[in-house]
Amino acid sequence: MLKPPTKSNQPVLRLDGVSLGYGDFTVLRQISLEVLPGQVVAMMGGSGSGKTTLLRAATGQLVARHGTITLFGQNLAHADRPLLQSLRQRMGVLFQQGALFTDLNVFENVAFPLREHLNLPAAQLTERVLDKLSAVGLRAAAHLKVSEISGGMARRVALARAVVLEPELVLYDEPFAGLDPISLGITARLIRSLSDRLGCASVVITHDIAESFAIADHVYLVGQGELKAHGTPTTLAASPDPYVQQFIHGQADGPVAFDYPVTPAFKAWLARTGAQP
Amino acid sequence: MSNEKTDWWVGLFILLGGVALSFLALRAGNLSSFSFSPTYALSAKFDNIGGLKVRAPVKSAGVVVGRVASITLDEKTFQAVVIVQIEKNFHFPKDSSAKILTSGLLGEQYIGLEAGGDDSNLVAGATIQFTQSAIVLESLISQFLYSSAEKQGTPQGTESASAPKPPKVSQ
Amino acid sequence: MNRLKFLGRLGESARLRLTGLGLFTRFFFMLVQRSGIVFKRPRLVSQQVHFIGNFSLLIIIVSGLFVGFVLGLQGYYTLNRYGSEEALGLLVALSLTRELGPVITALLFAGRAGTSLTAEIGLMKAGEQLAAMEVMAVDPIRRVFVPRFWGGMIAMPVLAAVFSMVGIIGGWIVGVLLIGIDTGAFWSQMQNGVDVYKDVLNGVIKSMIFGVAVTLIALYEGWQASPTPEGVARATTRTVVTGSLAVLGLDFLLTALMFSN
Repeated sequence: MLKPPTKSNQPVLRLDGVSLGYGDFTVLRQISLEVLPGQVVAMMGGSGSGKTTLLRAATGQLVARHGTITLFGQNLAHADRPLLQSLRQRMGVLFQQGALFTDLNVFENVAFPLREHLNLPAAQLTERVLDKLSAVGLRAAAHLKVSEISGGMARRVALARAVVLEPELVLYDEPFAGLDPISLGITARLIRSLSDRLGCASVVITHDIAESFAIADHVYLVGQGELKAHGTPTTLAASPDPYVQQFIHGQADGPVAFDYPVTPAFKAWLARTGAQP
Repeated sequence: MSNEKTDWWVGLFILLGGVALSFLALRAGNLSSFSFSPTYALSAKFDNIGGLKVRAPVKSAGVVVGRVASITLDEKTFQAVVIVQIEKNFHFPKDSSAKILTSGLLGEQYIGLEAGGDDSNLVAGATIQFTQSAIVLESLISQFLYSSAEKQGTPQGTESASAPKPPKVSQ
Repeated sequence: MNRLKFLGRLGESARLRLTGLGLFTRFFFMLVQRSGIVFKRPRLVSQQVHFIGNFSLLIIIVSGLFVGFVLGLQGYYTLNRYGSEEALGLLVALSLTRELGPVITALLFAGRAGTSLTAEIGLMKAGEQLAAMEVMAVDPIRRVFVPRFWGGMIAMPVLAAVFSMVGIIGGWIVGVLLIGIDTGAFWSQMQNGVDVYKDVLNGVIKSMIFGVAVTLIALYEGWQASPTPEGVARATTRTVVTGSLAVLGLDFLLTALMFSN
């Protein structure tokens, strides 16, 4: 089950000058990044900075307006549905709330991708599922229903499900959000160890500095619709850029203003209510 | 729920549906009176079929022996041509007659077959010679009025003919 | 100016409705086109028949019984005035097989099974389960929607037939056991008057069409629901309202088509 890390230097995921948006609204402009095999990459930024948009672009759910997205060497803009399906089978995604299937129990949730894509004999399937569950420490919870497990456990089950097909790339959407310190530590270590064990690349989308800096090989900082900075955790921590500094040290005011900007609508409302401007 | 248990319940569900449908078809509906025995066709011509419908019963002595299969109009004689399917185990003499009768006072119309006395029977495809059309209420009423008017008219005429002439009065 | 604004909004609302109707039709064709999974994985369909059909059985049977009781009672009161109590069996059976069976079952189905379908799918949408499936290269339409569509289509006629059967038995209980009409007259008048093709079969066809309509609406509303608690609540309400109206409207259309002489 152990895979040696791939020696090739072909990036697993690559974005070149990509612009993304919904309708008339552009969320991200001119984003360029790459993820090498076996790397753990952290994608950071404030809330609403478009991190989930990036995730959807990487899975092919969102089409780029400008620039190219290359997944496993394939240009996603030219990928037809069958190709997209085959690419998606080589990656795993961990959603923010786990997105477990509520009508199945823990075992069936992890077994789902195996049942849908492979035709394994029952014994082999069971062994593989239990192995992945034990990697996240939940082997003995296989019989439980989704409603019977806690949020932290649900996320670990979702992680097991995301890696059960032994993908080459795993995307994590805010895996640290809302976890207690113990679960935080467990999750961070799991991401790193799974990445090393399976030799897969991991992209962690988060705004948690401490945990991500501890496990990431490379960090990309996104803000105000563009890529603000990138580098190793040490490089970034030492960066003089004011945006980076405000983000890393959690300062209240800086390039990202504390006060919400005044708009004409607010002025009109203020005039109506007669408060002191 | 395990797969076998689900399958069992679904099987039960479908079975219940089948039972319900059979109940409706047999106990509530008239499927049981359908016989699946082989039939042969006979035809009959009527001046007026009244309210006779396709699949109306054909009865002899009150027993259902067949069904009306089709009703069409003969464009040469302008008579209604009714084709009936009679069960093969019933045979009727060549001079049998077919009447269109009503079940009850205002009920559905059906064909009543009365057996004749001939030795040979009607074969498949034969035509029933003697028919009586349906009774149309309006014709009945106008017939009644006409005949009663006639009856009233004739005694008046004879009276005036046989009435003694009044004596001549001389001036 | 206000009048122009009103017209503008009316036109906008009409445009939205038409787009919605177009989307609804496209959804229907998508489901039909991807129905191949019914043969590849029939277990998914039979599971849905279980969830949709078996779980609705209790309410259908109880409702059917009570509707039968009421038909028996009301029917008796009315027929009694014309001295035709013996036709009670016929009255109950015709009312149920032609109209009440398919229609009431469809309305109950919209309320019980329809809302649960919409809520389940809406919650799956809100919990990103459908997106997760897509990312796992599993088509959510095939995996989630198509089995439920066929499950509803199969379950509805069965439920309607059960409703009619139970209703007739209910009418018998009230008419024969409680009121005292002759049981022979009850059944024989019914058998003479209820035609298998015209009444029973037409009722079954109606219930199949209602099943398609209600299940389709329930799945569509779930598919289109806003992935929030309020969104799901609004979607379930729409399922019941639209589904019920569709059933009643279709019933009128079908009755005119089937029972005109």
